[in-house]
Amino acid sequence: MKGYNFAYLDEQTKRMIRRGLLKAVAIPGHQVPFGSREMPLPYGWGTGGIQVTASILGSDDVLKVIDQGADDTTDAVSIRRFFARTAGIRTTTATAEATVIQTRHRIPEKQLREDQIIVYQVPQPEPLSRLEPSRVETKRMHGLADYGLMHVKLYEDISRFGQISISYDYPVMVNERYLTSPSPIPAFDNPKMDMMPALQLFGAGREKRIYAIPPWTRVKSLDFDDHPFRAINASHPCGLCGATDSYLDEVVTDDKGGRLFVCSDTDHCAERRCNGHVGSDALREAAE
Amino acid sequence: MTEPTLLSGRGLGLTFGPITALADENIDLWPGEMLAIVGESGSGKTTLLNVLSGRIAPDRGTVWYRDPADQLHDVHAMPAPALRTLHRSDWGFVHQDPRQNLRMAVSAGGNVGERLMAQGGRHYGDIRAAALDWLAQVEIDALRIDDLPRTFSGGMLQRLQIARTLVTHPRLVFMDEPTGGLDVSVQARLLDLIRSLVSRLRIAVVLVTHDIAVARLLAHRIAVMQRGRIVETGLTDQVLDDPQHPYTQLLVSSVLNA
Amino acid sequence: MTVMLQTRALAKTFTLHLRSGLRMPVLSGVDLDVHAGECVVLSGPSGAGKSTLMRCLYGNYRAEGGRILARHRGEMIDLAAADPRTVLAVRHETLGYVSQFLRVVPRIPAIDIVAEQARTSNARERASEILLKLNIPARLHAIPPATFSGGEQQRINLARGFIAGHPILLLDEPTASLDAENRMVVIDMVRTARANGTAIVAICHDADVRDAIADRLFTMTPHQDAA
Repeated sequence: MKGYNFAYLDEQTKRMIRRGLLKAVAIPGHQVPFGSREMPLPYGWGTGGIQVTASILGSDDVLKVIDQGADDTTDAVSIRRFFARTAGIRTTTATAEATVIQTRHRIPEKQLREDQIIVYQVPQPEPLSRLEPSRVETKRMHGLADYGLMHVKLYEDISRFGQISISYDYPVMVNERYLTSPSPIPAFDNPKMDMMPALQLFGAGREKRIYAIPPWTRVKSLDFDDHPFRAINASHPCGLCGATDSYLDEVVTDDKGGRLFVCSDTDHCAERRCNGHVGSDALREAAE
Repeated sequence: MTEPTLLSGRGLGLTFGPITALADENIDLWPGEMLAIVGESGSGKTTLLNVLSGRIAPDRGTVWYRDPADQLHDVHAMPAPALRTLHRSDWGFVHQDPRQNLRMAVSAGGNVGERLMAQGGRHYGDIRAAALDWLAQVEIDALRIDDLPRTFSGGMLQRLQIARTLVTHPRLVFMDEPTGGLDVSVQARLLDLIRSLVSRLRIAVVLVTHDIAVARLLAHRIAVMQRGRIVETGLTDQVLDDPQHPYTQLLVSSVLNA
Repeated sequence: MTVMLQTRALAKTFTLHLRSGLRMPVLSGVDLDVHAGECVVLSGPSGAGKSTLMRCLYGNYRAEGGRILARHRGEMIDLAAADPRTVLAVRHETLGYVSQFLRVVPRIPAIDIVAEQARTSNARERASEILLKLNIPARLHAIPPATFSGGEQQRINLARGFIAGHPILLLDEPTASLDAENRMVVIDMVRTARANGTAIVAICHDADVRDAIADRLFTMTPHQDAA
C-alpha cells in the first residue's frame, strides 16, 4: 500500500516493540512498558494487539483475526483487512492454516501448534487494578510476589457467594511467579493457556504494556485447595454442530424467548459442520 | 545478662533538620518481654518505634534482629522483600488507628486471613477456621466474620487489627498507642486482651504510649524518653515508683491518679 | 537454718529533683539476715524506713549502695545489682510481696487474679479455697475487685501473695484493714508458711499480730541502721 511501511508501523517502532517482546518472553507474565504509537483507530479497539501483530508479521505469515471467537464481526473484518492492505500477507479464517492469530476475548477451540503465535488484545493488563488503585503499589506487589490481596478477593467471593464469582479475565499465575491477566477471555478458556505449544503475546495499547507467555509454560488459575478452579460453560450443545465441549454464545432469536446456543468459535463450528456434525437446531431448521 | 536479645538498637541517631529525633540511643528487647517506651509528644518515642521496625532509616546506628534460626540481621540493610516478609510473618505492627492496618472493604474474616494467604495458605476451610478462632480470641462475635469493618466500632476495629496481626504468631509486635482514642471502658477491655494474649503466646512487644498507667499495667520494662533521649530505663514498677531522673520524676508526679 | 535473704550495708537516699535536688537519706548501713522458717518483723517509728527497706528488698526501690542477696535456685543473687530480667525471674519464683494496696487490673475476676499466681493445674480450685479461707464468699469470686471494700481488697492481695508458695515472702501490713476474725486467719497462714520453711519479713503495727507471728524484731530508727 502506497505511503505505508510493511504492516503500517515503521521499522524502528517494530524494533522497539520486539525488544519489549523479548523482555516479556524472558520474564513470563511480567508487564513490560512500551512506547505505544498513535494508530488509525482509537484506544479500546485493539491498538495494543495490532501493534504487536504488526511487529511480528513477516511476508510469509498467514493471519487470522477473531473477535469473541468470530471471524466475521465488524472489528475482526476491519483488522484483517487492515493487515491485508498494509502488509499484503495472506489472511484466513481457518485456525489450522494461520501462523499468527490476533484475538479479542477468546482462545480458539482447536489446539494451537508450536509454529503458531496468538496475540491477545488486552484492555487492562494489571490483574490487581480493581483491588488496588495505586500503580506504584501494584508494581511493588508484583516485584515482591506479594499477591495476598488477590487471594483475599477470592476468599471474599467464596464467603459471599459460595464460589469464586469471576467468569472472565480470571487471574492466573504464570510460571509460578507472576500474577497475570489473561485478558477478558472467559474462565472457560483459561486451561488452554497452560502448557500451550504456541507463543502467547499480549498487547495493551492504551495502558502501554506488553507481556508474554512462552510456549510450554505453566499457567495456573488461582483457586483454593478446597474450592478448585472450574471452567464454566452453558450446559447445552451447540445448536448448529452439536458440540458439547466448546464455548457457546447465547443468541436471542425472537421476542418470544426463543434462543439458540452456538459455538462462539465460528471456524470450529464450520469445520465440525463440514465434517458432518449437525446440531438439533440445524436439524429442526432443515426439517422446516 | 547471658540470654541473647531479640532486638537491639545501637547508636541510633536521627535528625529532621534542626530537630534531634533520636540522639544516638541504645535499646534492647528480650524474647517474651514487653517494653514500654513512654514520653510526651515530641519525645521521639514514635520515631524510635519506626526506626526499630525498619519503617524509617536512622542517620546513624544499627538495628539488629535475631531470627528463629538464631541468625542476626541488620534490619536496615535487609533487602525490601526480606523485610516485607518479616513484617508479614515474624513481626507485627499494631497502629493507633486500626483503619491504617485493615482493609475496610474486605470482610473481617478476609482481613484476619490475609496474612495466612500471603504466606501461601490455600485451603479456604482452614483459613476460615483460623479466622473464626482468632475472632473468638479477640472477643468479636463469630457472626460478624463476613461483615465489613466499616460496621465495627472503634474498639472492635482495634481488636480486629490485633487478630489480623497475631494470626501468624509473630514473635515480636510493635504497638503504637494501641488504646489511643478509645473510651476508657473499651481501653480496659483492650488492655486486658493484650495482656493475656501477649503472656499466653510469649510475644515480645515494644509498646509506645504516653499513658503511664498503660505501661504500668502491661510492661515488664520501661524506657522514658525526652527530646530524643532515653533518660531512664528499667523495671517498670521501679522506674515508676522510684524514678531517678528528674524528667521521670516530673512525668510520674504529673500523672493524675484515678 | 539456711539464710534466704540478706542485706549488707544497704543504703537508700531519695533525691527529689523537683525540690531542687533535695536529698533524703532513709537507709544506711542496713544489715539484715532472714532464715528459712523465720519471720522477722521490721519495727520502729514512722519514718524509720520500714516500708522503704521492704520495697528495696523487692526491687521496687533502687538501692543506692550495699547488697541485697536472695537465695534463688540455690544461689545467692544480689538483687541490688541484678538486671531487670533477673529481678523478674526472682520475683516470679522466689520472692513474693503482699503490698498494702491492691493495684486493680480492670475486668479480671477476683478468683483469676489469685489463680494467676498459683501456676499449678488446679489453680482455680486452690484460689477458691484460699479466698474462702479468707472469708471472701463464693459469690464474689467471679467479680473484679475494683468495687470491693479495703478489707476485701487486702484479702485478695493476701491470697495472691500466699498462694504462690514463694520461699521468701514480704508482707507489708498484712492485717491493716482486717477485722479480728480475718486477722486470726492471716496469723494462721503466716504460721503455716513459716512451718513450711518460708522466710518472712513483715511490717506490722498491730502489737497482737506482731507478737503472734514474729520470731524476732528488726528495729529501725530514722536515718540509721538497726540493732
